[in-house]
Amino acid sequence: MVLTVEMEAQSDFQVDLGHLMAFNPHHSFPSQPSSRDELVKECLQKGTELVQAIADSLFHLPSTEDVDGPLVKLPPPATRLPREKHFPTPKPPTKWELFAQKKGIKKRKKDKVVFDEQSETWKRRFGYDRANDEEAIPIIEAKPNDDPNEDPFAKRKENKKKRIEKQESHRLKNLKQAAKAGALPSHIQLAATALPITGTQAAPKKVTKDELGNVAGLAATATASGGKFDKKLPGEKAAAHKGKYRKFLPVVEGSGIGSREKEQTEKIMNKIFSKNSHEILNIDKAVKTYNVKKEKKQKSEKSKAASATGGKLKPQKKIQKNPSKKGGSKKGKAK
Amino acid sequence: MVEIKTAKTHKGKRELEKRAPKLVESGKKTLILHGTRTSSVLKAVLSEIYHLKKESAIKYSRKNDNIKPFESGGETSLEFFSLKTDCSIFVYGSHSKKRPNNLIIGRTYDHHIYDLVEVGVENFKSMESFSYDKKLAPKEGSKPFITFIGEGFENVEELKHLKEVLLDLFRGAAVENINLAGLDRAYIFTALSSNRVFLTHCALRLKKSGTIVPRMELVEVGPSMDFVVRRHCPPNESIKKGAMKTTREKPKKKEKNVKKDAIEGKVGNIYIPDQKIGDMPLPNKAKGVKRERREAKLKNASGEHEHASKRKKEDL
Repeated sequence: MVLTVEMEAQSDFQVDLGHLMAFNPHHSFPSQPSSRDELVKECLQKGTELVQAIADSLFHLPSTEDVDGPLVKLPPPATRLPREKHFPTPKPPTKWELFAQKKGIKKRKKDKVVFDEQSETWKRRFGYDRANDEEAIPIIEAKPNDDPNEDPFAKRKENKKKRIEKQESHRLKNLKQAAKAGALPSHIQLAATALPITGTQAAPKKVTKDELGNVAGLAATATASGGKFDKKLPGEKAAAHKGKYRKFLPVVEGSGIGSREKEQTEKIMNKIFSKNSHEILNIDKAVKTYNVKKEKKQKSEKSKAASATGGKLKPQKKIQKNPSKKGGSKKGKAK
Repeated sequence: MVEIKTAKTHKGKRELEKRAPKLVESGKKTLILHGTRTSSVLKAVLSEIYHLKKESAIKYSRKNDNIKPFESGGETSLEFFSLKTDCSIFVYGSHSKKRPNNLIIGRTYDHHIYDLVEVGVENFKSMESFSYDKKLAPKEGSKPFITFIGEGFENVEELKHLKEVLLDLFRGAAVENINLAGLDRAYIFTALSSNRVFLTHCALRLKKSGTIVPRMELVEVGPSMDFVVRRHCPPNESIKKGAMKTTREKPKKKEKNVKKDAIEGKVGNIYIPDQKIGDMPLPNKAKGVKRERREAKLKNASGEHEHASKRKKEDL
């Protein structure tokens, strides 16, 4: 009895094998079970039935034996879920593809290796050391109606350059068309560059972020505060400070920057000393006074030498002075 | 003037190709993030959802103050993150007085918000609080069974929507073939009332039943919690139409090295790589081993082998 009821219930389950999902839309909780444990138990029991229902249909699918276990191919899922991204749009045909189709031109495979007539060996068709390379030809034979003022090698090179440019422009055209259809290859972007100013050949260089910032800073200096109190746009940074900041070196001597303070003060002191050194010590004056002193000394010494006898006598005089009365006559003599 | 910009490296090119729209999609990535305020419960919920979906999820750990998916203008940052990480499902947690333990699960289509469901988390039980045989613990990235119980999932609009979102969130990778030996987990969602869903994560124990179908047994491994549905925002009809498109035809893989001939039938080329017989190390013939030792080693090995086989026999 119970078994049959269960079987009936199972047949009512909605099983979606593609997602390994099962849904029992008939069960309902008329009254909340009294305790949480009971509720969980009931849920698990119902869940087991459902899981069993999925497994029943899953294990009956044809399987292939693999090293890791039986492999089963799942049917496509019945419940449809939204896509992550839109469908890829097909690429529109290029101009050449259209032309080829119209003319019935078919692609054909070319050999990778071709016979090179110059070296008489087989070489790759393209790439380095290719066969029949135009640029590798050392001598071009002149024809009677060639222009003698023209360099045939330069001409060849220019022609090649032109061909490359042409191909590049064709490519761009095709890519633009693909972009319009929304089918640009994922690794390609078409980026707009600034239009060239008339008269100039090349397109102007793209302005960098820093340069733009500088321009904004210049504009800010128009106000009296140098843009300090201007309202900033979202994402705009404060104007860069121009000029130097005052820096105070640490006073305490250290291994790094500390010793620089001493150096700096010494430098200043030296500067001051060197500036005022002439006031403190006038070398000329010093030399002069020294010389004058020396001269004076010499002079006085000379005069002393001249009156050397008298001088020599003087002590005698003094000696004579002691018997003071007698010396008086002698003094008068000397004079 | 237009400039052609291409990927500079092959790696970059491959990465861009991975993100390009595909005819058959392989599975959605999930972005897990939170708002300015979270609760400890919500933090645990987010980290455990991340744990369950580790192989295809990205978790942001910083707070985001300008994400308000239900308000206009509050989704720009979210859409940017979706584009940046290439995720198309997001789980956003926030906590406020009005809506405690709030979880917003949403999907994006073409990196624009497709639909949203807001639920409150109640009765949360974390993985750590369950005790079970660790041998049963589900492997990372295995495909789960998903079960929905209750008529609410069919009758109530919000729950119907929630069912689809939950299926998309937990279904794992979209695969064609599956290994039956690798089935080891199940999610059970039960509609308790018109706005309450009980969900739990179980491990599977396959028991012999005598038939090819093993008997399934569920062992609760957590996390388990109640979702109370709050707000929801169904997809826009026109967007839904685009997002639900499917193709019948499958992209055909180019068949290589096979030719079909009218006379010979199917002819294939097989390339066998060089076997490198000269480089192969031979057992017991290492350079430095003397002959006596070599022989002794050989003898030992054979002796051991015998022992092993004997033991096996005993076991049997």
